[in-house]
Amino acid sequence: MSARWEWLALLGRAARTQRGAVGLALAGSVVLLAIIGPFVAPHSPTLSVTGTFVPPAPGYPLGGDTIGRDVLSRVLAGGWLLLAVAAGATVLGVGAGVVVGISAAYLGRVSDGLLMRIVDVLLAFPPLVFALLLLSVLGSHVWLILIAVAVSHAPQVARVVRATALEVCERDFVRAAELLAMPKRRVMAGEVLPNLISVVMVELGLRFTYSILIIAGLSFLSFGIQPPAANWGLMINENRIGLAANPWGVVAPIILIAILTIGLNTFTDAIARTSLGVERPTEQFELAAAGIAAGATP
Amino acid sequence: MTHVHRSEEDQPPLSAPTAASAPAAPVAESAVVPGAQLLSVEGLRVVIAGSQADVVDEVSFGLDQGEVLGLVGESGSGKTTVALALMGHTRRGLAIGGGRVMFDGRDLLEPGAALRALRGARIAYVAQDPASALNPTLKVGTQLREVFRAHGTGRLGGASAEERIGELLSEVRLEQVQHALDVYPHQLSGGQQQRVMLAMAFACRPDLIILDEPTTGLDVTTQRHVLDTVRGLCRSYQVAAVYVSHDLAVVGELADRVGVMYAGRLVELGATGPVFRTPGHPYARGLLRAIPSPTRAHVLVGLEGHPPPPGRRPPGCFFAARCDFAIDACRTTAPAPVSLASGEHWARCRRAGEIIKLPPLAELPERDRVAEGGNEPLLRVEGLSAGYGERQVLSDISFTVGARRCLAIVGESGAGKTTIARCIVGLHSRWRGTIEFKGTQLEADRRRRGRDVISRIQYIFQNPYTSLNPRKTVGQIVEQPLRELFSLPRKERARRAEEALEDAALSGEYARRYPDQLSGGERQRVAIARALVVEPEVLICDEVTSALDVSVQAAIVELLHRLQRTRGVTLLLVTHNLALVRSLADDVLILRDGQIVEHGPSVFDQPKSEYAAQLLTDIPRLAPA
Repeated sequence: MSARWEWLALLGRAARTQRGAVGLALAGSVVLLAIIGPFVAPHSPTLSVTGTFVPPAPGYPLGGDTIGRDVLSRVLAGGWLLLAVAAGATVLGVGAGVVVGISAAYLGRVSDGLLMRIVDVLLAFPPLVFALLLLSVLGSHVWLILIAVAVSHAPQVARVVRATALEVCERDFVRAAELLAMPKRRVMAGEVLPNLISVVMVELGLRFTYSILIIAGLSFLSFGIQPPAANWGLMINENRIGLAANPWGVVAPIILIAILTIGLNTFTDAIARTSLGVERPTEQFELAAAGIAAGATP
Repeated sequence: MTHVHRSEEDQPPLSAPTAASAPAAPVAESAVVPGAQLLSVEGLRVVIAGSQADVVDEVSFGLDQGEVLGLVGESGSGKTTVALALMGHTRRGLAIGGGRVMFDGRDLLEPGAALRALRGARIAYVAQDPASALNPTLKVGTQLREVFRAHGTGRLGGASAEERIGELLSEVRLEQVQHALDVYPHQLSGGQQQRVMLAMAFACRPDLIILDEPTTGLDVTTQRHVLDTVRGLCRSYQVAAVYVSHDLAVVGELADRVGVMYAGRLVELGATGPVFRTPGHPYARGLLRAIPSPTRAHVLVGLEGHPPPPGRRPPGCFFAARCDFAIDACRTTAPAPVSLASGEHWARCRRAGEIIKLPPLAELPERDRVAEGGNEPLLRVEGLSAGYGERQVLSDISFTVGARRCLAIVGESGAGKTTIARCIVGLHSRWRGTIEFKGTQLEADRRRRGRDVISRIQYIFQNPYTSLNPRKTVGQIVEQPLRELFSLPRKERARRAEEALEDAALSGEYARRYPDQLSGGERQRVAIARALVVEPEVLICDEVTSALDVSVQAAIVELLHRLQRTRGVTLLLVTHNLALVRSLADDVLILRDGQIVEHGPSVFDQPKSEYAAQLLTDIPRLAPA
């Protein structure tokens, strides 16, 4: 219960910093646009309503795309699926990475070796190549994109989490829990995990950004969410041939992805900074003092 | 900008002079004039670089050649800050805010004071933790020679660096160590590492040596050797020393004069004997009443509360809030130093004149012993052998602990005392032999022990800074054992947790706080409450006071003693603090290299073995016996 509160508290503290507020405002506005976009789009995102690559004109403020669809409508409608898949893939990937990382750190010995070697093998594949491999063999499905992206995140998250968890597992409160004969699963979830909040939050933010980039990249390579459904990544690919005639077809989705990415990274950075500040200066002072006195027998 | 409250001319604000920018000038050959004051500190002020809040202020003292000054105080009192400022250095985030440190006619706080030539050559520093002060990648010999590479051999009176190194090894008693120069620091023990540090510090025959808690973390015997070495070197070379420590007994043994620090101020200064016998400042008196004596079991009196941190210091006397002697004037105006004796002995307290007339500290009441109990063995250990991997740590340990008694397991570090505790509680499962609790044999694997056994034997960890989960509230921490071992309704759990907190002398409102909002002593009380909540019969305390200041330590010791007396808890005390044993334990078990040397109720009164007698003489004492 405390753990859940702490997550929210950490987010709240981060949002109240200047850095966090700016990041949240940037990312939030893009997310909001993606959510309400489909309902406010002036035209159908999939029907040709104007000319091919016509420049902005009254009624079509961002002009037409490669087959005369309204760019503004496609931008408004093409965000939510991208973001939803990215969010799903991020949660899945980070979740798996956290489970693997904590298990490796806490169980140690054989489990650690085995898990981390699997992670090493997965790390050997470049993320995009791995996703391409899956999609080209099994065909393009939304669930498959989600899994492919998640799998590309998990090993890196596992590495980071394991490193931090190793230190946490050495602390005495973990021993204290073990003394109560708590099951290992509960020690990991109840004692170790809450101390990894800041790492996990930072990873979530960072990985969400990567997810968007990978999915947009897959769409650009036409392995992603399939046309004619609108999608920012796909739009960049479709409209780049008309860049000179109507740049908005490429520029608008790029700007949105950029704002979202910058906003998320800024907010993530704020989380990292505030979580470091969670240890208040007085406590660090005391810690140092305790370290001095605690140098006694191991 | 810095506001230096001094009557003299306005001095420009000083930032910490950087050593790196000073040229490595050859060491000045000016010998100190005999009899003249070697070091004189006037109105030293160190501030936090941003807020200008003072960490240390109004610190003034002098030091003669060959004199040893002890600086004592709780953690955070500013003693290390003062020690570093004596070399013109401040820790990151702090800056010199004013004052003068005159060393041999030069102000070391002045920018451009050739600090680099002085540091290491004429003023040497010995850090607390030798393991982190020595470079692990360089051999000991290389690190020793470095001193001479930096400072030359000018101060050695003609001897070459190699000759001096040979001499140093015998001075710090490292000559028996084979190839001492050709080993890496990790191949030496903690005590040997600290002696390497001493050798480096004494290499250039400095005039002043600053020792920052050099024996903290060493066991009594090693501490004794290091102290003897320091004392011998200071005497034979007429080296002045500033010895910083929170251990009053150690300072009492070594220092000619003692300065007591509190909240960044020097509150009392004087010759060691008078200060420790009849202190003039209530804080100094409080500290002395808080330390256990190795010769008699007197009641310890802890100091409640904690010192005000920099930036939140009140207008009056900083100690007023914790002081039994405070009068109204103390809360409004800061006291000036009051001279107490013809020699230099003063205290920063307006009632100092009355306080020194109070009865001497040696007359504190003796503790009443827990007489009853002890006949039925509660815990029986038979033929216990244990090890880590290939290494055998314990061999054939047998003893019993009577109900409601307190057994102390003592010994040097590495003797295996913590391993015994861990075997009993089930943290270490690779052992052979028998451990019986109330006649039933305990499983090695704690997961196979019954809930009842688990709740009856509770363990308190050494360091309360790592034994409490920082993400949980105190209430959740204390309730956890109840949640895991019993199925109780939520209200009942909360009620029992509150009771346990009150038993540990904390109010129920602590339940909502997080560990990082608590002081070290409060944290250890929470850890004790967590153990008490399941109503244990045995409390295993693993060095529970070693991470705490003496004033807090006293309160924790009294708490444990009270629990033993009123709740009938059996205590198993693992410690290297022998004075503490004296004040708390009914029986003592002395361990050496994994074997029992001596065991019984009167080990410290009539030691039978040579080793126990040696340990006894190694304990630093406040008043030399």
